Amino acid sequence: MSEYVSLNHGSGGSLTGKLIRNVFVKRFGLAEPLTDSAILKEKGVILSFTTDSYVVDPIFFPGGDIGKLAVCGTVNDLAVSGAVPVFISASFIIEEGFPFHDLELIADSMAEEAKNSGVRIVTGDTKVVEQGKCDKIFITTSGIGILRPDFEHISTAKNVKPGDKLIINGAVGNHAIAVLGARNKLTFNSPVVSDCASLNHLIRKVLEECEKIHFMRDITRGGLATVLNELTGIILSGIEINESCVPVEEPVKGLCEILGFNPLFLANEGKVLFVVGNEEHKKVLDVLRSHPLGKYSEVIGEIVENGSNLVTLNTSIGGRRILDMPSGIQLPRIC
Amino acid sequence: MKHIDEYRDKVLVLKLSGLIKRAADLSYTFMEVCGGHTAAIHRFGIPSLLPENIKLISGPGCPVCVTDNSFIDKAIAYAKMNDVIITTFGDLIRVPGTGSSLEKEKAMGGDIRIVFSGPEALDIAKANRDKKIIFLGIGFETTAPGIAVTIKEADKDGVKNFYLLSAHKVMPPAMEVIIKEGVELNGFICPGHVAAITGAAAFSFIPRNYKIGCVITGFEPVDMLQAIYMLVNQVNRSSPDIEIQYSRAVTKQGNIIAQKHMNDVFILSDDNWRGFGKIALSGLRLREEYEKFDAEKAIPVKIKEKKDNELCICGNILRGIRIPTDCTLFATTCIPENPIGACMVSDEGTCKTFYKYRINE
Repeated sequence: MSEYVSLNHGSGGSLTGKLIRNVFVKRFGLAEPLTDSAILKEKGVILSFTTDSYVVDPIFFPGGDIGKLAVCGTVNDLAVSGAVPVFISASFIIEEGFPFHDLELIADSMAEEAKNSGVRIVTGDTKVVEQGKCDKIFITTSGIGILRPDFEHISTAKNVKPGDKLIINGAVGNHAIAVLGARNKLTFNSPVVSDCASLNHLIRKVLEECEKIHFMRDITRGGLATVLNELTGIILSGIEINESCVPVEEPVKGLCEILGFNPLFLANEGKVLFVVGNEEHKKVLDVLRSHPLGKYSEVIGEIVENGSNLVTLNTSIGGRRILDMPSGIQLPRIC
Repeated sequence: MKHIDEYRDKVLVLKLSGLIKRAADLSYTFMEVCGGHTAAIHRFGIPSLLPENIKLISGPGCPVCVTDNSFIDKAIAYAKMNDVIITTFGDLIRVPGTGSSLEKEKAMGGDIRIVFSGPEALDIAKANRDKKIIFLGIGFETTAPGIAVTIKEADKDGVKNFYLLSAHKVMPPAMEVIIKEGVELNGFICPGHVAAITGAAAFSFIPRNYKIGCVITGFEPVDMLQAIYMLVNQVNRSSPDIEIQYSRAVTKQGNIIAQKHMNDVFILSDDNWRGFGKIALSGLRLREEYEKFDAEKAIPVKIKEKKDNELCICGNILRGIRIPTDCTLFATTCIPENPIGACMVSDEGTCKTFYKYRINE
């Protein structure tokens, strides 16, 4: 590891994983596999507990703002563990000089998103720092959800087996491109809107109507490629993905072509990967597609026994290659 | 997406793959000299569509990879100056210099900004008149005309705080060095974007003088497979030639206007290539009338001479003599997060490509 923390350590890819394992896991005594939520058992009750910090720049972007993101992100981390999100805390670090008007807009959008997703914001903290000591506003949310014992296997991927199908609830890359567009004032022929959304109702519907949900993970920083590679690390089987089945919207595709980004590495804030038993995958797809947040759901691949724990991509032109995890932030190419 | 989907058509791709397999009854080694080709070949899984008797090897076409260590060290020295803002294309910031990289300097507070074009860097200069803005100019004939126009703009607008640290290079001399070193080749997959500027004629000395076929190639799967098919046929007919596959972008003469801008601002000079050493008339430096924009002349900086890691074989990889898995550092100490050699830095670098797609595993 390099001597200093670099932006690459925050990319969500393999360097982030190294930082967490080398610095935190051993000192805090955390148990593998590392999941987005901790599963806590106390006197017959199973709780799902998570925390996340939000530092997005710009704080307002097409499709959301830092407040909505802070609620959705924590709700989603709980929901993908199989839990019903119930309570959320919210801590604010605010830069001196931040307009009250913007703060109120952010708080309004948090309240609205909490209402939509059915969670209550019950506690929090506020700190103000001198100008230049933080970038406008940083928010940390923590959340508690209640987990049914029969969903306990989901976050650890215990039941995942070869032949299981991988399903995603829609197009990837929109959040990253919407934020990048807003940050660099890029204009698109058709607007790219962040997919920022609370997925707990969609996930609840799937869990209530289907039985063979073997794994779920929200696809955020590091993109689909990161989630897939993390999963092969847990299940010790391979994954095969069909590139042409992964939905990507045209403007996102276009910008990726220009800047040399891979949509499979881009961040999302309203996408979830399901691993489901083969026998039930059509039903899961139907249930997902009947919900507004799952209308464009697709089967993108399956779990395979390839002996090497690799993610293989069947490319859109009929070739094959390995899909690796991004190592750091994606940099624009030169020529 | 228009202009993309038709060149990624699976039916057409598989048809071309079939044609190549039927035509290829000898052994063939083709070299792609553009990093864009290296990246595309592996991104789309092209080798899985070729028969085993066609070998693709990568040449010195990644601008980051061939940039000499001393260039990075100079950029780092400039980045340490309080009144300097470094502007650069993104790939360059991770390239290791002596004990540091621009990325590390940035983490330590250096003002280093990633830009997408020369004009963007010039805008930063106009907005920060109290600072010296140094643009790190790297790349081949594809990027040089844009930088030339930026220098002309700076001159016209009387901008006095904009400087170029130039490592711009031209491609054909390096290809000639590879041939002269005796790398066994049956054909070049020639760089489509370089040729869009220079014209196909810039490469015609290769089949003429060295009897090695050249196909100017586009960057989509259909382009590359068609070019490979054309090269296979050239070899089978024993008639090395210069052919343009990428005819939607490339002509024989190239882009005359871009060439003029380049020639107005730059002059050919001997230049150092990582892995090759000095190659005669292979670099572009500013002409005398634009020397006031030359960072090295305007802001002299001293750097220590540094030897490359002795175990690193990037030089031989860039010359197509060795492949990354021959290197003891590859995927052990030299990884994308901690690159020892430049070929592990850029997405177009051969080592990074091999690492990313686990080739030969």
